[in-house]
Parts: sequence; C-alpha cells; structure tokens
Amino acid sequence: MEGVIALYIVMLAAFTGYEIIARVPVILHTPLMSGSNFVHGIVLVGAMVALGRADTVLEQVIGFIGVVLGAGNAVGGYVVTERMLQMFKASGQKKKESA
Amino acid sequence: MEGFLPENVATLAINFSYLLVAFLFIMGLKAMSSPVTARRGIVVAGFGMLIGTVMSFLYPGMGNFPLMLAAIAIGGGLAWWSGRIVAMTDMPQMIALYNGMGGGAAAAIAAVELLRMAAADPAAGAHHGPIVTTLATAGAFIGSVSFSGSLIAFGKLQGLIKRSFRFKGQQAMNLLVTAATIGLGAWIVISGHPTMEMVVAFFALALLLGVAMTLPIGGADMPVVISLYNAFTGLAVAFEGFVLENAAMIIAGIVVGSAGTLLTQLMAKAMNRSIANVLFSNFGEGAVAATEGVTGALKPIEPSDAGVMMAFAQKVIVIPGYGMAVAQAQHKVWELCQLLIERGVMVRFAIHPVAGRMPGHMNVLLAEAGVPYDLIADLEEINAEFDTADVALVIGANDVVNPVARTDKSSPIYGMPILNADKAKNVLVIKRGQGAGFSGIENHLFYLDNTRMVYGDAQKVAAELIQAVKAAG
Repeated sequence: MEGVIALYIVMLAAFTGYEIIARVPVILHTPLMSGSNFVHGIVLVGAMVALGRADTVLEQVIGFIGVVLGAGNAVGGYVVTERMLQMFKASGQKKKESA
Repeated sequence: MEGFLPENVATLAINFSYLLVAFLFIMGLKAMSSPVTARRGIVVAGFGMLIGTVMSFLYPGMGNFPLMLAAIAIGGGLAWWSGRIVAMTDMPQMIALYNGMGGGAAAAIAAVELLRMAAADPAAGAHHGPIVTTLATAGAFIGSVSFSGSLIAFGKLQGLIKRSFRFKGQQAMNLLVTAATIGLGAWIVISGHPTMEMVVAFFALALLLGVAMTLPIGGADMPVVISLYNAFTGLAVAFEGFVLENAAMIIAGIVVGSAGTLLTQLMAKAMNRSIANVLFSNFGEGAVAATEGVTGALKPIEPSDAGVMMAFAQKVIVIPGYGMAVAQAQHKVWELCQLLIERGVMVRFAIHPVAGRMPGHMNVLLAEAGVPYDLIADLEEINAEFDTADVALVIGANDVVNPVARTDKSSPIYGMPILNADKAKNVLVIKRGQGAGFSGIENHLFYLDNTRMVYGDAQKVAAELIQAVKAAG
C-alpha cells in the first residue's frame, strides 16, 4: 500500500472513531467499549494470513496461537456485546414483544 | 499451496470485501451509539466480521487450512461458551479477557514477522523496509502489553489476584523496563536482521511490562485501564495491518484506537482522575480520611417507615451503586419501583458515570432487571431534578453522592462530578453497615438533617420496602 494513502486512511479513520464516540450517551459506554473490542477482533484475518503463510513449525505454533486468540476476541466480543444490547428496551416495548 | 481462485481475482475480491467490512464496522458502531438502534449495530458489525473472515480464506499462497479451522473452532468455541454463561456483573472482566486475546493475536502476527526476519539470510538484503519493521515492532510492543496487562486486569476483577502489589521504587523499575523494551525494539529495527534471542527477549520484556504496569492498579481504577488496553489493542491491530497491507485491519484498528482513547478520557474525567494519575499513583494516596467537620449523627429508619415515605411521595429518584449489584438487588428494586409507578409516583433512576464497574455498566445491570432505558437519566440530565424530588433513594452508592466533592477542596474527590442527592427533600440511604466507601472518605450526605439510613442487605431491605409500600394501601 502506498505510504501516503495509508496515512490518509489513518487520519480519516481516527476522526471517524472520535466522532462515533463523542455523541454516545453514557448509558451505552460499556456496550460500546465491548462493541469496539469486538471490532478489533478483525485481527483474526491477520492471524489467519500469518498462519496460512507459516513455513516452519515455530511459525505454525505462533500463528495457531494467534488465530485461537483472534477468534476468541471476535466471537467473545460479539456474544457479550449482543447479550448486553439485547436487554436495552424502552417502556412499553416489552409488551409488544410478548404479544 | 495454490489458492482457490486465480491470484489477481482473489486479491481484488478480498480488497473489495474489506471495503465492505470497513463500511459495515463503521455503520455498526454508529448504530451502537443510540439505544434504539444499538442491537442492530452489533449484528451489522458481526456480519462484517463474518464476511472478512470467510473472504480471508481466499488469500493467495496460503496453506495450513486444517490448523486454521481447528484454531478458529477452539478459540471461537471457548469464547462463545464463556460469553454465554458469564453473569452481567462480571462483564467488565470478560471484556478485558477478550481484549487481551486481541492484543495477543496482534503480538503473534508481529512475532511471526520478526522471527522470519531473524531467520532470513542477511546476505539476501532486508526482509522488510525500516518503516514496516518499525510498525511491526511497535505493534508487537503495544499488543504484548495489552495482552498481559488485560489478563492481569481480568484476574484482579475476577478475584483471582486479590491484592495490589506495590513496593518502593516500583515506578522506577517500570520506567526501566519500558526503556529497555523500547531500546531493544529500536535495536531490532536498526539492525534489520534481529537475532532470535533479541526477538524473544523483546517479547518477554513487553509482556513483563504489561504485568508490572497493571499489578499495582486498584480494582476501582480497572475500568479506565481496560479501556486504555482496548485502545492499545486497536492500535496494535492497525500497526500489524500496515505490515500485512490489510486495509480492514488498519481502518478497524485506528477507529477503535481513537474511539477507545476518547472513551478512556471520558471515564477518567468522570472519576476525576487523569489517565497518568491512574497509571502512576494510587487512589487516595497520602489523603487522610478526614472525619472532622462532620456534624450531626447518622439517623436510622425502619424499612417500613421508609416504604411509607416513598409510597406517599410524588417523585422518587433512585441512585443505584455497585453495592446494589453485588447484593443482586436490582430485580427487587425494579419491583419496588413498579409498585410506586402504579401508585402514580414518578420514578427516575440517576446513574453516575462511574456507577458499577465501568461507565454504563449500571445501565446494563438495570436493563437486565427489566428497567426501561427511558426511566434512566445520566448526571447532567438529573441533577437539576433533585430540587423537585421528594425522596432520593441511595442504594449501595457512596462516593458519587458525597457533597464534599463540591465543597471540600482538601478532599481527594474534590471536583468529581456528583449526583446532588442532598438537594432532595428527603434522602434514604440503604447501606450494609456503617463505614466509608472504597475511597475511605466519610460521606457528609449521611449526616444531613434530611437523611435517614436504612441498614441491611440491599436485597432484603428492598423486599421489606415492597411490603411497606403494599401495606400503605
């Protein structure tokens, strides 16, 4: 990737992240922290590439650990975030669901 | 090994899928910033993750597929299982654990790259340019610290590590370890051909630093630290994204890095502490718990009388603290509030930014009990309303309602934004017993003329209050 283009990506992504959080009500801080924790679970794809291109046994072992950890980050982050957000309901919303 | 598709087709497909992944992540996080759309947000982001993972199998020149599938099954399966069974009160340490895993994965990617550099023939020229090596090394450093630090944070919140390890010269030692790690990292970059020993020593030092940094930090400060490590992992993922030329990792990592940094600042601000303060000093260090200046006495009240007081009130503001969650009283408290609402009492929940174990954690616990989010107000919203409230019901909260934060300049919590419970006409405090909060500061609210103390376990007291309200007819 071209170095300068990458810097553009970094700058825009940094502003995006800042803007997303800046407007979040405090009640969603924990789920959002958990949600952003899930998003960096994308490290899984990097770990997959590292393992996929591993040649020596040592590289395979480290790559394997990387994929296990990355998958744990992605799946665990998703499950707990989804469980937390599932519970947020407005008044009256519950009746609708049970009907 | 050959890929599934011709190399150029596969690369194009992967790049476009990563564009979609980045789009879905940002849309998902944006949806998560409103309680109405939050649930949809995580599903959208999850869909992005699924696409990214599936498409990554198409990378040209990859092998080890059985190992890869096994690793995904093991890591994903364990995380799925643990994520499903964890109690809502234990959520902060699970977030720490999963976050640490992400940091570890980033460090593992860096380890493979650095070891490959170490194994490469020096005569063949540099394996990577200095910029890529710098990024790989920086990612390895941050990822390793986040990994071991998050595991310690998990252990502390889970109660596996009970005490804070502090000794004289600790900060000097941490500084030394930091300097040594960075120095060794710089040597790896400059040499261009690190030896195996250098790489191993570098990772060992970085992991040690994460442990040493986190061990002295007290449980109350842990949320700030977890949030900081979350931002760290984001950065580490972005750095390794540069190394692998993976746009999805760069964008997702930087978005999390910047969002996490802001979130960390917001949390630290809500606790009236700077991030540096959390990392390098201990709460209330040197502060004498000043009991002088407290006038009046603690005035106890029976739950039956307290119940009647609330039953005939017009407006009740409930201030829950972590003590309520520890006693698992949130369901009973909500039952009590439902009874009051049926009687025509206006009920609101006031949440301090640091109620619970991390900002927003109390909202999750109340949501679990079934409290609708539109009854829950945060600090700025609710503070003007205490003047009009007949009863402020404080359950298991302490420092966040202590008026000395407004008045006493010598107090360690001076300047911390608090809930102005003292402005309500009557204040009821449910407390397990006499004694100060975790900060050891005497709470002047408890001694006010309009304050009554209800002693007992929060769950039991709530049940007694329910009976009293029912009997009030």
